[in-house]
Amino acid sequence: MTITDAPKIITRRFDTPDSHTITRYEETGGYQALRTALGSMSPAQVAAQVKDASLLGRGGAGFPAGVKWGFCPPGVWPRYLVVNGDESEPGTYKDRLLMERDPHQLIEGVLLASYAIGAAQAFIYIRGEMALAQERVAKALNEAYAKGYIGKNILGSDYSIDVVMAWGAGAYIVGEETALIESLEGNRGMPRLKPPFFPAAKGLYMQPTVVNNVETLSNIPWIVSNGGETFAELGAEGSKGTRIFAVSGHVKNPGVFEVEYGVTTFRDIIYAPVYGGGIRSDRALKCFIPGGASAPWFYEEHLDLPLEKATVDKAGSMLGSGAIVVMDDTTDAVAACLSVVKFFSHESCGKCTPCREGTNWLEKILRRILDGYGRPSDLDLLMDVADNISPGIAWPPKQTTICPLGPSAVSPLASALGRFRPEFEAHIARAARAEAASAPAQAVGLPGGVA
Amino acid sequence: MARFSPEHLETAREIIARYPRPKSALIPLLHLAQEQDGYVTDDAMRHIAELVGVTPAEVLGTCSFYEMFKLHPVGTYLVNVCTNISCMLCGGEELLAHASERLGVAPGGTTPDGRFTLEEVECIAACTEAPCLQVNYRYVTNVTNDDFDRLIDDLAAGKLDHEVPPHGTLARVRQHIPADRTAGIVPVAEAAVEPAWMHANEAPGAGGDA
Amino acid sequence: MTDTAATPDAEVEPEVVPGVPVTIDGREIIADEGELIIDAAERHGIYIPRFCYHPRMTPVGMCRMCICEVDTGRGPALQPTCMLECTPGMVVETASPVTTKAQEGVLELLLINHPLDCRVCAKGGESPPLDQTVANGPGESRFVEEKRHKAKPIPISDIVLLDRERCILCDRCTRFAKEVAGDPLIHFINRGNDTEVNTFPDDPFASYFSGNTVQICPVGALTSATYRFRARPWDLEAVESTCQTCAVGCRMAIESSRNEVLRYQGVDIDPVNWGWLCDKGRFNFEALGSEHRLREPLIKQGDAHRQARWAEALGEAAAALQAALDAGGPERIGVIGGARLTNEAAYAWAKLAKGVLGTDNVDCRLGDSLPAEAVLGLPQATIDDACRPGGTVLYLGPDPKEALPVLYLRLRHALVHDGIGLVEVTPVRTSLSDHAAVVLQHRPGEVHTAVRALLHGIPQGQDAGGVDPDALDAARARVAAAAEAGTLTVVVGTQSVAESPQWVTDAAAALAEAYPQVRFLPLVRRGNERGALEMGLAPGLLPGRTTLADGAAWYRTTWPTVPGAAGLDTAGILTAAAAGQIDTLVLLGADPLTDFPDRDLATRGLDGARRIIALDIFLNPSVLQADVVLPVAAFGEVEGSTTNLEGRISLLNQKVTPPGTARSDWEIAAELARRLGSDLQVASTDDLWNEAVAMAPSLDGITLELLLSPDASDGVVAPLPAEATPVPDEPADDAADAPVAATEPDEDADADSDEDAEADGDSEPTGPSTPPMVAFSAAQPLDPPALDAYALRLVATRKLYDLGTLTQASPSLAGLTPGTVLRVNPYDFDRLGVVEGQTLRVKSPRGGVEVEIVTDATVLRGTAAVHTNQPDVAVNRLIDATQPVTDIRIETGGAA
Ligand SMILES: Cc1cc2nc3c(=O)[nH]c(=O)nc-3n(C[C@H](O)[C@H](O)[C@H](O)COP(=O)(O)O)c2cc1C
Ligand code: SF4
Ligand code: FES
Repeated sequence: MTITDAPKIITRRFDTPDSHTITRYEETGGYQALRTALGSMSPAQVAAQVKDASLLGRGGAGFPAGVKWGFCPPGVWPRYLVVNGDESEPGTYKDRLLMERDPHQLIEGVLLASYAIGAAQAFIYIRGEMALAQERVAKALNEAYAKGYIGKNILGSDYSIDVVMAWGAGAYIVGEETALIESLEGNRGMPRLKPPFFPAAKGLYMQPTVVNNVETLSNIPWIVSNGGETFAELGAEGSKGTRIFAVSGHVKNPGVFEVEYGVTTFRDIIYAPVYGGGIRSDRALKCFIPGGASAPWFYEEHLDLPLEKATVDKAGSMLGSGAIVVMDDTTDAVAACLSVVKFFSHESCGKCTPCREGTNWLEKILRRILDGYGRPSDLDLLMDVADNISPGIAWPPKQTTICPLGPSAVSPLASALGRFRPEFEAHIARAARAEAASAPAQAVGLPGGVA
Repeated sequence: MARFSPEHLETAREIIARYPRPKSALIPLLHLAQEQDGYVTDDAMRHIAELVGVTPAEVLGTCSFYEMFKLHPVGTYLVNVCTNISCMLCGGEELLAHASERLGVAPGGTTPDGRFTLEEVECIAACTEAPCLQVNYRYVTNVTNDDFDRLIDDLAAGKLDHEVPPHGTLARVRQHIPADRTAGIVPVAEAAVEPAWMHANEAPGAGGDA
Repeated sequence: MTDTAATPDAEVEPEVVPGVPVTIDGREIIADEGELIIDAAERHGIYIPRFCYHPRMTPVGMCRMCICEVDTGRGPALQPTCMLECTPGMVVETASPVTTKAQEGVLELLLINHPLDCRVCAKGGESPPLDQTVANGPGESRFVEEKRHKAKPIPISDIVLLDRERCILCDRCTRFAKEVAGDPLIHFINRGNDTEVNTFPDDPFASYFSGNTVQICPVGALTSATYRFRARPWDLEAVESTCQTCAVGCRMAIESSRNEVLRYQGVDIDPVNWGWLCDKGRFNFEALGSEHRLREPLIKQGDAHRQARWAEALGEAAAALQAALDAGGPERIGVIGGARLTNEAAYAWAKLAKGVLGTDNVDCRLGDSLPAEAVLGLPQATIDDACRPGGTVLYLGPDPKEALPVLYLRLRHALVHDGIGLVEVTPVRTSLSDHAAVVLQHRPGEVHTAVRALLHGIPQGQDAGGVDPDALDAARARVAAAAEAGTLTVVVGTQSVAESPQWVTDAAAALAEAYPQVRFLPLVRRGNERGALEMGLAPGLLPGRTTLADGAAWYRTTWPTVPGAAGLDTAGILTAAAAGQIDTLVLLGADPLTDFPDRDLATRGLDGARRIIALDIFLNPSVLQADVVLPVAAFGEVEGSTTNLEGRISLLNQKVTPPGTARSDWEIAAELARRLGSDLQVASTDDLWNEAVAMAPSLDGITLELLLSPDASDGVVAPLPAEATPVPDEPADDAADAPVAATEPDEDADADSDEDAEADGDSEPTGPSTPPMVAFSAAQPLDPPALDAYALRLVATRKLYDLGTLTQASPSLAGLTPGTVLRVNPYDFDRLGVVEGQTLRVKSPRGGVEVEIVTDATVLRGTAAVHTNQPDVAVNRLIDATQPVTDIRIETGGAA
């Protein structure tokens, strides 16, 4: 087992119940990184630390934060920082904890990032359904304003910025960064096409905008305090630092764990007593989702892969948002598949024809199969409709759509149908039997029936 | 009461002033309307349209995109049971069925006394504590059928009033930017200058590699 | 959540060679800089299917129909070709297996919830990709589930219905509403598979431009109440023409079935309407087929009219004209109207009135237009000039949205999307005001003061017509800078029918003097008012922008006679008639009782005229008083040409035959001339045009051949650009911007030598030479009288839908007149002791009306604003056309 004793970075205050208060935060080194930065570092130096840390984005795409910050076209002002706190990917559970339990850490990260990129204003966009997180962040912002950490001439420096809490109202797609920007502009959360609308070039109000995930930014204070290189000493090549994984589903000990990135394996995190603790009732593993509902499923043979970005990508899936969902051998693959497809169908913004119509059609066919009305031709139909959303049904997905939501509905389908085709066929055979059974009645054609 | 009350109007103006463009305040203002009336009324949308300078159709366009906004009255308590993958694996659908039976309404329905609305919802980010639900967006986790019954009893008896405000209220703490502390929120066009600090602490030769 | 990593937009190095080489389906083509793939392909004969893309709106790339494999060097990927600009070396496959599969997939998905009942759909046959599917057979649908069901078509406005079941959510109508019309009253509602287009409850899509959404809907989801189910597109035959509802002159198609006009569709021409029409222009085709159309000549008998034969009616009319000539000479004849004629008919009538009858009491305007010399003589700008990116517009005119709707769309686009600057000088806020950099709001009748102060500063100790001095300073800097840079265009027109046009004319004169290089877009409003002016239907003018003084000798070479002296304008004719000095009055499609600003004068004038001859298509209030009524063919029933407010000449086409025995206006003119013992010497509209081109200086070279040539598909702006040797005295006209640059002016006086002259026009003419074109100069106006403390100065403006003949004869439009209230500044409200919403009697020296009074803080103090020509409140009873301004009093003690 590769369970390391790496320090906890972003969850280190979680053990104390008052971790969300400014007092506790200040007592445990809070806002020291900000002091250091404003006292002796240039914005470029802060950015350099983050680059040195090789901090990969934690929102799903895993793009290096330091590199992303550098994409803002020089000389174009104003720039904005937008914090993606819309966490809604099924299985994902970490940003909410970070906002509820350590809002000041996030705020300090926001202030450092804004300082580094020269943001005119920062927005923390919190998922609408997270009332407690909103409450904690609002309170923390009020405290930080009162103490001079936010606002005009922060800590007596030239650095001035307003940080505004915004919040959503129930739409998964708003987690996608361009949809988030639309939402922040007061619009329907429908993604914009990239290119040309890369946020770094044309983001909020068509200005250069950095969108970062809550977890990503929560790492910044530690990086600035301890140095990017120290951060980069943790983890594996290409996946540095620590990272939060949420393990849910059929495990004995579901939970949220901060582990050293790139080192721990799936087997560790699912089976180790300090983590998932193994499959409930010691049943057999059927499959698991390694990185949120959009990710293709993994099986027994993937257990020994490390939780490392490049390795998982190469194996045909992704670590995404760090959501590991475990299914044991009692799981009906068709039902699980429908659950995920239904999610994407329900959450499609409706902009692209293939996603709006296609995911809905997939859901309908799957439901029909599960309800015992499947036809043998349905399996080919499923794959063909899926192919029209994500041509070739490969990984990483190609898409006929604007954003990857549509193709996300294809991943679970391709996984389930690829691995567990007999289960689909069994449902369809059940349908055939039922039809055969009812056929004579139909042949007789009983309008009104034989009472 | 459907347009903003004087007190809410003041809050609305404060929220609008936090954004470089008024329309950005739409979602927070719709929440404010829902907090006031329990759902978003047509009059509220008209009022919001006036406040941010768009048409009511544009407000409705935004409002109806987001699931939390209710265009018709719902119960005092909105009970959202998650049936997404993690919860489904751990009994979310069975919990929903039980909830439906206990409340006597199908998902989407409201009890005749107008107290409870039951909804089936997608993942609410408490997957490691499945099955879970929210009442007016307050979490209840690892819910058994008995837990559920007790929850409904407690809500009905008013025992949870301090934790669960009526439908519409989200954060009970509002952000407030003190006038003497604000950096100054300006329209986009007016912010088109390099920030004052961009060259702070730049010792000769000490620049980063950016 | 595999997100495309955020990489910044790869900037393309600016190319040295003009154009961008790309490969489409194996063919090397050269695209324009910044051109979208879908457009570049189409220009080279490769049509990529599309639903959401519309070349006049921002691409949204959401239907996904146009996706093709595009390789920009990183391997082929499916990309929406409507969003992607061509970059050098790009390789596009529009028909590869991957592209075809993807497009077919999108189409299938689009159709799973779309009813496939094209045979009964209003759009059947007009939805190319859908038609293709139907043609190739969609095969058996693999979608066995139930289709999405929505309640049947719902009206989203008075004219437009929406069938949400057919809607494919292409965002065209909603984008149009927001981006083009600026009326975002329809919107996407709900999310994902439940998304639909709808309005806010009880807040209809009340837009002047709603009909365009019907035209651009790629399926049959939006239909107009006027057209729905009346025909299928494949039953229709179409010809192109030019709308004559207002002076913008939008290019359009007239579509008919079995000799009945069923709809108009916008046609996209670049310099004018970009494919758009306003609803008034689009839907007033209903008037053509109205059962109330005049079909046979009428002759007055006692208080009523009786039907007559043409010979008899024409005989009566000729006799009436002859009687006037006999009684007192040509001055005893007046001719009012002509703005709805074709250019050819206008020429025929100018020749009849001025060249045969010899009267100069001829006016195509109704007392609410700029002087003809200003319209014809100011250095002319085009719409494109005014809308050019980087420019500044100084706007002194009526609200274009109400008066010239598609000009408003062009200006709005230039303001909102191209960022041109606008300085507006106006007595009341208009639909442009919200987009203006500066609005200078002045008291009625003081626009010239405001403009002079804008140019020269506020004279010490005075105020500038009530304009805010700070705003004036801000505007002055802008206007001066733009004039200096050569990017200023002045748009000028009458701002209020309650005041004399002399003030705004003076303002234009001051600008023309201060900025000799600046060009003007003078606004006329009525359909072919500009063409009628060009043809000389105004006192003191002869066809071709020449004056009676300059052109008399020239016209005497061809016309039997020419008036001896300048005659009267409409107000003058009516005044003379009221005084018994007009024996015979001809109304050429004019309704002074409704349309002339001064109802009292119009009434007295019509009563005072001994005989009235009316040529019209309806029995409107003025025609009811006529002794002889001659039914005429209307738009769509005649051919010829028309001239828009830029001086742009374009062709009209006939699509249907006129009702009954109605004849065209020019035939009547020719017939009357014959009966008066003369001869117009024309047998067709072509003859008329040829003669006009030969005679009229401003039409030199604009031959029929030219007008019919493909070069002229956008129309031809007159005059053609002057060549190196300009005609003496001709006002400077910038040659650079006229659309037809290759044709030289034909200086030859001979009427027969009008072939498309490549030859130089240097040879000196013999005999009377072509007269010069009119140069503009304005008389210095008198300052308006002082306003007394209890009076308010009136601003009366038009609304799009009013009591105008065509609107009222079109059932879909007739009810859309908004009516009017009197708007007053709250300060005056309190001062005068009025209560909000009270209906009170309002009086001017001329007359009185009862009207509801409301407060409006945007109305200047001391001013009252009202809409004219609306039902119930006859504002024209308040106005005295002989006075420079209209002052009113509110009778607070009176009726409530
Ligand atoms: C459909 C979809 C949903 C997404 N949801 C989230 C989300 O809930 N939270 C999040 O941080 N990122 C989400 N993302 C990723 C964001 O688009 C974006 O990449 C991320 O916020 C960038 O932050 P990071 O670089 O710090 O990871 C989503 C992406 C897609 C395509
Ligand atoms: S893929 Fe789906 S969610 Fe994404 S933009 Fe298109 S319709 Fe919206
Ligand atoms: S036409 Fe390009 S996506 Fe619709």
